[in-house]
Amino acid sequence: MKSDIVLAGVGGQGILSIAATIGMAAVEKDLHLKQAEVHGMSQRGGDVQSHLRVSSNPIASDLIPKGKADLILSVEPMESLRYLPFLSKNGWLVTNTTPFVNISNYPEMEEVITKIKEQPRHIAIDADKIAGEIGSKRSSNIVMLGAASPFIDIDFAALEQGIRTIFDRKGEKVVDLNLKALQAGRKATEEVMAKMN
Amino acid sequence: MQKLLLLGDEAIAQGAIDAGMSGVYAYPGTPSTEITEYIQGSRIAKERNIHSKWSSNEKTAMESALGMCYAGKRSMTCMKHVGLNVAADAFINAAITGVNGGFVVVAADDPSMHSSQNEQDSRVYGKFAMIPILEPVNQQEAYDMAYSAFELSETYNVPVMIRLTTRLAHSRAGVVRKPLLDEKATSLPKDPTQFVLLPSIARRNYKNLLSTRPDLEAVSMDSVYNKYIEGSDKSLGIVACGLAHNYLMENFQDKELKHPVLKLSQYPMPRKDVERMIEECDKILVLEDGYPVIEELLKGYQEAGTPVIGRLDGTIPRDGELTPNIVAKAFGLTIEEGADVPDLVEARPPAMCKGCGHIDAYEALNIALEEYGPGRVFADIGCYTLGALPPYNAVNSCVDMGASITMAKGASDAGLQPAVAVIGDSTFTHSGMTGLLDAVNEKTPLTVIVSDNYTTGMTGGQDSQALGHLENIIEGIGVDPKHIRVFKPTSANLNEMVNIIKEEFEYEGVSVIIPRRQCIQTMRNKSLVLKVKELGL
Repeated sequence: MKSDIVLAGVGGQGILSIAATIGMAAVEKDLHLKQAEVHGMSQRGGDVQSHLRVSSNPIASDLIPKGKADLILSVEPMESLRYLPFLSKNGWLVTNTTPFVNISNYPEMEEVITKIKEQPRHIAIDADKIAGEIGSKRSSNIVMLGAASPFIDIDFAALEQGIRTIFDRKGEKVVDLNLKALQAGRKATEEVMAKMN
Repeated sequence: MQKLLLLGDEAIAQGAIDAGMSGVYAYPGTPSTEITEYIQGSRIAKERNIHSKWSSNEKTAMESALGMCYAGKRSMTCMKHVGLNVAADAFINAAITGVNGGFVVVAADDPSMHSSQNEQDSRVYGKFAMIPILEPVNQQEAYDMAYSAFELSETYNVPVMIRLTTRLAHSRAGVVRKPLLDEKATSLPKDPTQFVLLPSIARRNYKNLLSTRPDLEAVSMDSVYNKYIEGSDKSLGIVACGLAHNYLMENFQDKELKHPVLKLSQYPMPRKDVERMIEECDKILVLEDGYPVIEELLKGYQEAGTPVIGRLDGTIPRDGELTPNIVAKAFGLTIEEGADVPDLVEARPPAMCKGCGHIDAYEALNIALEEYGPGRVFADIGCYTLGALPPYNAVNSCVDMGASITMAKGASDAGLQPAVAVIGDSTFTHSGMTGLLDAVNEKTPLTVIVSDNYTTGMTGGQDSQALGHLENIIEGIGVDPKHIRVFKPTSANLNEMVNIIKEEFEYEGVSVIIPRRQCIQTMRNKSLVLKVKELGL
């Protein structure tokens, strides 16, 4: 198996928790993993990305080459479009639709959504709304991981185990909320896919 | 053995701990910070009481680490590339003293300047100091190199540099550990004059250093990190340094690489391997993440010999980080990129956080400066450097740690008054204090704003050496207490802040203004909140 994933968002939105969860799941499954993160200046509200590569074979580069990503997983709609050059011909774009507006020239939302919908394989869901509904607004990042999970070649149960490991220190309640978020995201994508078929 | 999932930085930290290191000394700097942070959080390090507290700057860190090595223990110092400039005096001379316990210097370079003001290549420094350099290709090598570097240092009586770049420093992968070694006992150098660099002794030590050269080249030949991989197509030979080897292999996952390859991760260069490549190949491509250091060495100034291509002839761009796509292009491989980035996607530069005290300080400063006109604010390195961007447009320089005060002094000497310096608390104790002394001694008309947030913010909220001492230090340097003005930067205090700043502009001497409010990113750091309370700040 091989999953090359570009994680996208804005500094502080929690893409590193997504990466850590997939990473844990990959280690559990004895898969090879490389995960390039962004630390430092950009974390102050700038655009951030993480290249996450999981494979049953050894991985050479920490960076995913352009045109090779199987998945763009974005927790912010405009940011999902920034990494299109990395997406392969058969890759999926999975994004949150709630914008993070911290710049004065943020484009019209309608145009952003239109662009996302122009992509041949996309899933666009309102992760912030779903996270709010399950009572955990801060878990929208994990909702997005759930939404992208059908396109990641790792068992869902392994991802759930990853959540348990990553959030273990923060207590039972946080673990449960994030598990709920993961499942809710998964369900949202399954509903969209069912409509497509 | 269970694999640990570690950043390149963390792999170095774990490798050093497992090698029996007794202390790490460092000042935070992206992308090197996580090395020391990992050691601070390590259970073994706590049990062994391994030193890991932050130093005031990279020079004090380097010297303290050298002192620990003098006393027979294995020690390490870590810094970002520009930090090595600060520590350069100690660094170059540590090569002349040699070591007692193993001494490892980690330099984390930042090609493409993700979080830096330049992309200098620390391998140049390593070559300058004439010491071995290890450049890991992946996280496992980062671990293995840190583990073995101390012994290399002890065997050849030289400091050893580990050089990595941002991409590896901040990328995670599985790492297998080796057995945990004991720490070294405290011991004095055999020769009591070894560390006394009086000219007569330095000349002797320097000759010793020069005499290790052939040995170090031989070690590089035998190194497990360097490999000459045979190839049938000798029209081209490839030298792939450190991380560049990954990008090379990425492009040949599904096709055969027929050219000979020298995987190069330990310097000085393995002379025989290099000579072999020069001899058997028609042309040599050098791939390196950083400056064309090896390319220049191979090329030299003479046109004769095997042609060398890389960054200097444009095969690879002269600046910026190496990527798999750039390497693909060098081989003429076609890249099927995804769709273009749509025009509507706007840049999203980093910015100061909502509610940050620096913002309130800048708002007051901008108003106070209105009547004097722009172009007179010299800033420094930290989150407040972002005040250079809209909507603040509040500062006019950012050069190196501490340069705010000294540049403002020079501009004031030239007649630009008021001249203003903006510096953070941690940067002030890093490199601002000596410049302030220059200004005090000359009674230079100068307004210094030490924007105090009790932390080293930009790198993620590490301890600030200034915490609890700031006014004492400033007074001790000789600033008149009447002109040390402290206030809490909030929007409610705007008028008061503006008035204080304006008053100090009128003063014909050195004023220090301290807007003081805790960094909002550290509000969840309970021990810091408690400490601030205890100090009555």
